[in-house]
Formats: sequence, structure tokens, C-alpha cells
Amino acid sequence: MKKQNEKIFTILALIVLGILVYLAESNLDPYKLRILNLGAIYVTLGVSLNLIYGFTGQFSLGHAGFMAIGAYVTSLLVLPAYYKEMIFILEPLVWPFTVMHTPFIIALLLSGLFAAIAALLIGLPVLRLKGDYLGIATLGFAEIIRIIANNIPQITNGALGIKGIPEFTNLWWTAGVAIVTIYIIKGLIHSSYGRALMAIRENEIAAEVIGVNLTYHKVMSFTISAFFAGVAGGLFACLLTTIDPKAFMFVMTFNILIVVVLGGLGSITGTVLAAFLFNFSLEYLRPIEAGFNIGPIIIPAIPGLRMVSFSALLLIVILYKQNGLMGGIEFSWKGLARFIRKIFPNKKSSEGSSI
Amino acid sequence: MSLHLVLQNLANGLSLGSLYALIAIGYTMVYGILRLINFAHGEIFMLAPYFLFYGVLIFHLPWWTSIIAAIALTAVTGMLSERIAYRPLRDAPRISVLISAIGVSFFLQNLAIVIFTGIPKSVHRPAFFKRLFQFGEIRIQSTLFASVIVSTIFLTLLIYIVYKTKTGLAMRSISTDIETSRLMAVDVDKTISITFAIGSALAAVGGILWGLRFPQLFPLMGMMPGLKAFIAAVVGGIGNIPGAMLGGLLLGMSEILFVAFLPALSGYRDAFIFAILILILLLKPDGILGKNVQEKV
Repeated sequence: MKKQNEKIFTILALIVLGILVYLAESNLDPYKLRILNLGAIYVTLGVSLNLIYGFTGQFSLGHAGFMAIGAYVTSLLVLPAYYKEMIFILEPLVWPFTVMHTPFIIALLLSGLFAAIAALLIGLPVLRLKGDYLGIATLGFAEIIRIIANNIPQITNGALGIKGIPEFTNLWWTAGVAIVTIYIIKGLIHSSYGRALMAIRENEIAAEVIGVNLTYHKVMSFTISAFFAGVAGGLFACLLTTIDPKAFMFVMTFNILIVVVLGGLGSITGTVLAAFLFNFSLEYLRPIEAGFNIGPIIIPAIPGLRMVSFSALLLIVILYKQNGLMGGIEFSWKGLARFIRKIFPNKKSSEGSSI
Repeated sequence: MSLHLVLQNLANGLSLGSLYALIAIGYTMVYGILRLINFAHGEIFMLAPYFLFYGVLIFHLPWWTSIIAAIALTAVTGMLSERIAYRPLRDAPRISVLISAIGVSFFLQNLAIVIFTGIPKSVHRPAFFKRLFQFGEIRIQSTLFASVIVSTIFLTLLIYIVYKTKTGLAMRSISTDIETSRLMAVDVDKTISITFAIGSALAAVGGILWGLRFPQLFPLMGMMPGLKAFIAAVVGGIGNIPGAMLGGLLLGMSEILFVAFLPALSGYRDAFIFAILILILLLKPDGILGKNVQEKV
């Protein structure tokens, strides 16, 4: 398939997606919309974490912390001034935050920027560490961010959290951000930077020998990933309309980790599918925790069962199917064309022979 | 600050530190052998007091029997987790094993929520553990003595096993070079199982003492002590058993003293511990007693 055709197909697909988003926004009820929105936010989170995990081979457990930064920045920037006065009851909000107010898009970009700056500051010293040490250190930073948020009520309203955040997030935003994330990260991976990242993943020492600057590339991938985590955090805050430090515990990172592992380390297509699958099943499995009846058999309510199943699923995937959902295959128009030709072989070949 | 307050805080620090030391050993042993942070160690630690609680409450076992049963059950859980989730990945990339360890951790945590429910349970302590000893103005909980004495006993036992028995020799040889040990006819799988059993048993002892000192059980209780004990292991030099003990004591002390001297910052208690971790990792990643290990190509 020609490059030009691929571009046309991509544009067509985007238009179809736009129509679908329009239909969903105008027809679906808020509950279903929220699930779709969460799915799209998880796409952003998963794809950005996959940049660190799947493509750079580094083990970061700090995503929830960067999300938290983004969520707080966005909520402080989009809340109307009179409302800020009302909800900060523990201690009044300090000066610059009381008057700051920006449109949603600028708030999102600033969220990403702040998360990226934090990642840069954290990453420069910490990314010298390897594997599990890096994981624990980043987890430590995420916890520190959360604890700080808990302890500065003059900015974050402490454990009470921020309520009444305007509900700006809709499918246009979440799907748009997800597509931009995928586009940028895909572009990055296919650039020389991406090749360097993959070289680091395969063998750090070999990569260093052939002249890849380890620290520079690791910090870059970490910072870009944190940027998108921050933006996703902002979307998250304006979707749920209420945030508090408890929302950004380690469990949050674990959820993103499930999405990345289910989708396959280093598979963007897989991550996208897994993100929606995870959020759909999280909702549709809700009944199993509420208790139900199968004929005469009464199944009592068992809270926690969903996460048990997901952790078990994570273990099964990592033990038996490390490529994840897509088996390591990325979606491409070429691949799709090949797939269609394989299913309907006669049509095309007969056309070819007749000419 | 008056003298008796300092002493009081030191006593509290000692008691917390000896618990951290017990848990830290499990991390350090597993890390020494497999180069893996066993993220599930904190959950293993959490299971033990629950087993004890159910042994006493539901099966009406006497205290001593249920303590032994709880330790044994926890050790078996630790061994099983290695058998199921880590052994198949022995040749896989490091990142897969780490993800698997986190998976086990969350699996056990949520399984505990399913089985034991998320409602906190209070432990009915035997009368002895409720006693307070008064020395002048210093009040010391009996659990302090229990935790210091029990830790000392078990740690001595452990040092004996690791440095004086054949199994211990096998452990030390695996931690140096797993392939060569296999060539020297060391049963690697069995030794790793034993390592997990011992580490988990020590975590169980720590968990039970923890349950007696802070008598409230909930499924997420293992997470923070687990992470802090890991930090203790890093501070002492990971892979080094005396280091883990030293690190545990130091960390327990500094945590208590941080809160005692800077009460205004007590909300930052956990952040302080993580800051210690990050500083140690950056400045002296081999820890206080650790050896400097060069990366082999």
C-alpha cells in the first residue's frame, strides 16, 4: 500500500472517529460517557507509561505522582475565584493561586509542563539507578508528592481535596489528547531517539558502547511520559470534578501497569485496546461484587473480587503471554490490508488475474 | 527535651526498629539470591497476624499453637508465591519479574480484602501484652521487650543457619553465582524455596509482633511497613543480613526521633523515610555495610 493511501486512510479513520465521538456525546448517558472518558484517559496514561516500560525498558512506579501534579495544577487554574474562597476552609488559599485563572487547554498544557519539570528534576539523579531500585525510588517520589499534597492545605486543601471542579472534560478532549499522545509517542519511537531508547532497553552497556547517551535518553523518555501523565491528570480532575490525595495512591499506578502489561510491553495498539477493556470490565464486573443470584444459588456480595481477578490476570499474562493482547503486533494499514487479503483471498486475486 | 522523653523515644524507636529489622531480612535474603525486590513481602507480613487472629478466634486454638501455625502458614504462602510467580520467570527480563512481584503483592492484598473483608479487625491480645512497665517516668509496653527478645533470638538463629549450616552455604554460594552453584550440585530451586520460607517466617514473626503492638488488622497494613523495611534493607546494604538488622534499627529510630523532635512536620513522616531512601540510593547505593559490586558485562 502506498504512503499516500495510508495518509488518506488515517484521515478517513479520524473523521469516522470524530463522527463516533459526536454520536456518543449526543446519545449516550453520562454513566456510559464517563466509562468511555476514563478509557480514553487510560489510553493516554498507558501509552505514556509504555514509553518508559516497553520502549526504554525502565521500571518506573511514579505515574500516579505525575498525575497528581497535573490534577492539582489544572484544578487550581480552572476553578473560579469565588469558588476557591468557598472550598478552602482548612486554611485560605495563598496569593498567586487565588487570582490565577486560565482556559482549560492552557491549564492542561501547564499541568503537563509542571509534571514534566518534576520528572526532569527527579529523573536526573534517579535515572542513574537500575531496574528495581529505580522502581522503588520513583514510587518513593510519587508517595512524597502525595504526602506533600496532604500536608499543604493552603494550596491543595489537604486531605479534604478540591471539590466542584468544572466538568470540562468530555470525549472530544479525552479522545483528542489520546490521539495526540499516540501520534507524538509513535513519532518519537520511529525517530532516531526511539531507536536509541530501544537500544537501551535491549542492552544498556551495548547501547552506551555504540554511543547512546544513556542519561539523556532515559531522562527524555521519563520527562515526555510524565508530561502526558500530567495532562491525563488534568483531564481526570475535570472528569471526576473532585480530587484528593487518596486518589493518587500506588493503586493508581498499578491500574496503569495492568493496562500496559495486558496490552503488551512496547505495543501501542495493545495498550489502547487494554485501556478500554480494563475500564469496561471494571464497570461490567461491578455486579460480581454486589452479589447476585443464579437461580436458587445466592452469591453473596464480595468486595475486592474485581481487583483479585485483575491481579490474577496480570500474573497470568506476565507468566504465560508476555507479548500481551496483540502478541506484539502493531496496527498498521499495511497489516490490515494483508489481513483482509488473507480472509478474502479470491476476490483480489481473481481481479488481478482478469486484467 | 527532657532526658526521660529522649529515653522514651529511644525505647519506642528500638521497638519499631526491631520489627523493621525482622521484615528487612526477608527482602535482603531474597535480593541477595535472586536480585529481586520481593514486592509481595509486605503482604506476606500482613497475612501472619490475620492467620493468628483466625486461629485464635475461629479455631479456638491456644495462643502458642496458633502463633506457630500462623508462622508456618505464612512461610508456605511465601514459598508458594515464589513457586508460582517467580520461578517460571527466572530467565525472563528483569522487568517481567518485577511486574510479577507487584502482581503477587496486589493479588494477596485484594485476596485478603475478599477473605478477611476490608473492615479493620482488632486483635485480642493476651493479658501479658497489654502490660505497661514503668521505669521512673518512662513507660514501656511489654511488646517492646517481646519484640527485642524475639528478634534477637530469631536473628541469632538465622545467622547460625546462614553461616554454619550446609543450606546456608548453598544460599551464600547461589548469591555469588547461580550458574556455578548449579554446576557444583547445589539444588538451586530447593535452596531458593528455603530462602523464601525463612524470609517469610521472619516476616510472619514481625507481623505477629506488629499485630500485638498496634492491635488493628486491615488488608493494606502490610504496604507501608513493607516499603519501610525494604528501605531499611537498602540503608544497611541490600543482600547483607547484619546490614538489614542495622538498617532496620536505624530507620525505626530515625522515624520516631523525626516525629519527636519535629512534631510540626509529623505529617511528613513517611516522606522523610522515602527521602532517606533516595539520598542513600544516590549517595551510597551499597548501603552502610554493603559491598561495592561492579556491573559485569
